[in-house]
Amino acid sequence: MPEREAARREGCFRFAQKQHPGGSLRTGKRVVNELPPPAVRLAKIFWVFLYIGATSFGGGLVAYLREHLVDRQRWLDEDQFLASLEIGETVPGLISTNVSVIVGSRLGGIRGAIAAAAGIIVPGAIAVFGLGLFYAHFKGNPEVAAGLSGVGAAAVGLILAVTLQIGHRELAFGSDLAILASAFLLVGVWHISLVPVLVVLAPIAIWANRPAPAELEAYHARQAAFHAQLAAHHGELARDKANAKGPAAS
Amino acid sequence: MKKNINLVNVFALLSLLAVGGGTAVLPQMKYETVTLHQWLSAVQFTDFYSLGQLSPGPNMNMVALIGYKVSGFTGALLVLIAFYLPSCTFAFTIGKIWDHFEGSPWRDAVQRGMAPITVGLMLSGVYAIGRTATFNLDHSNRHNLTTVAITLIVTLILLIRHVNPALLILAGGIVGWFALRLI
Repeated sequence: MPEREAARREGCFRFAQKQHPGGSLRTGKRVVNELPPPAVRLAKIFWVFLYIGATSFGGGLVAYLREHLVDRQRWLDEDQFLASLEIGETVPGLISTNVSVIVGSRLGGIRGAIAAAAGIIVPGAIAVFGLGLFYAHFKGNPEVAAGLSGVGAAAVGLILAVTLQIGHRELAFGSDLAILASAFLLVGVWHISLVPVLVVLAPIAIWANRPAPAELEAYHARQAAFHAQLAAHHGELARDKANAKGPAAS
Repeated sequence: MKKNINLVNVFALLSLLAVGGGTAVLPQMKYETVTLHQWLSAVQFTDFYSLGQLSPGPNMNMVALIGYKVSGFTGALLVLIAFYLPSCTFAFTIGKIWDHFEGSPWRDAVQRGMAPITVGLMLSGVYAIGRTATFNLDHSNRHNLTTVAITLIVTLILLIRHVNPALLILAGGIVGWFALRLI
């Protein structure tokens, strides 16, 4: 069974390499689901994510995930991790749990996704609970309140630094700044609910970044070429199969 | 019962609104739990957030404490499920079909377009917590001076050097304990 699995992976990989050396079938860019994932036991998925969930102090969970999933376990390569991160950043929810779910589902389907999410969430939830009991017990204690004020102020510094870093990396145009300021004023200052803000702002922002007609045309042409290539490949496979059967039967 | 339903409604919606991470929904979470439902005070909200920063794993696990405060263990469990399940289901589904859109120019447009919104919302989150934790009008000038200094120094250190943020959070707590306990 493992040999057949290895052969299947090798076959898929060779096809991918033949079409687009070092990249995706379609564009040569990063992909997530293209190569079959390594076979990992469900319990192993859970334990690795549980370990990450229990040791990742101080935010920056994505860096911990990368270290364990890419460097230590070698479940994904760098590009696959970046592709998972891209999805995790685009869909709503916490980036860390999103990436865990995506990687978990790649490794073990829906059960892998559940194992990964539970593993990453449970240790922190228990820890925060313990701290909460401690907090309730020392309610009104000025020393604890003072320490917690310092922690709160430092936490603001942490999210401010992260925001500035992302802003510096992602934003290039003046129009971006207008959208950024609108989001900040509407939600942060005027306390307007996120639902109407996103319903109005998101389409405007996406439309402002819409692809040029030429770009869209080129994309559709690439898609058509890819599907033609894929059909040819399947035809080839079918012929090979028929040829392999032929001599054996006679 | 009514409280439990409210908890689930509030946090399930927040789960799907958290574009670009948990910080983006902090203002709305604070508004819904503190101002609208009055489940806790603004100071408690910030304290819970700080406790969340002290624990490992995703930095929004502190939602469990809000649930616990409103309706005990059931509340904590319900809030955790309500806050994580919708977005995780969404991520699972999109993760499956994502490669289908590989190279689509529209996908890039969505990513480029959402980036400034995400940053604006994160800034709102910083502002929502910062108004209580860093510059609080109810606190004395000396208290505010200390917390503003802690925030700015932590920000600067993180922008200049690659330091484990957990150490800076701990250092902030120690400095706070030294400087603020007698005020």
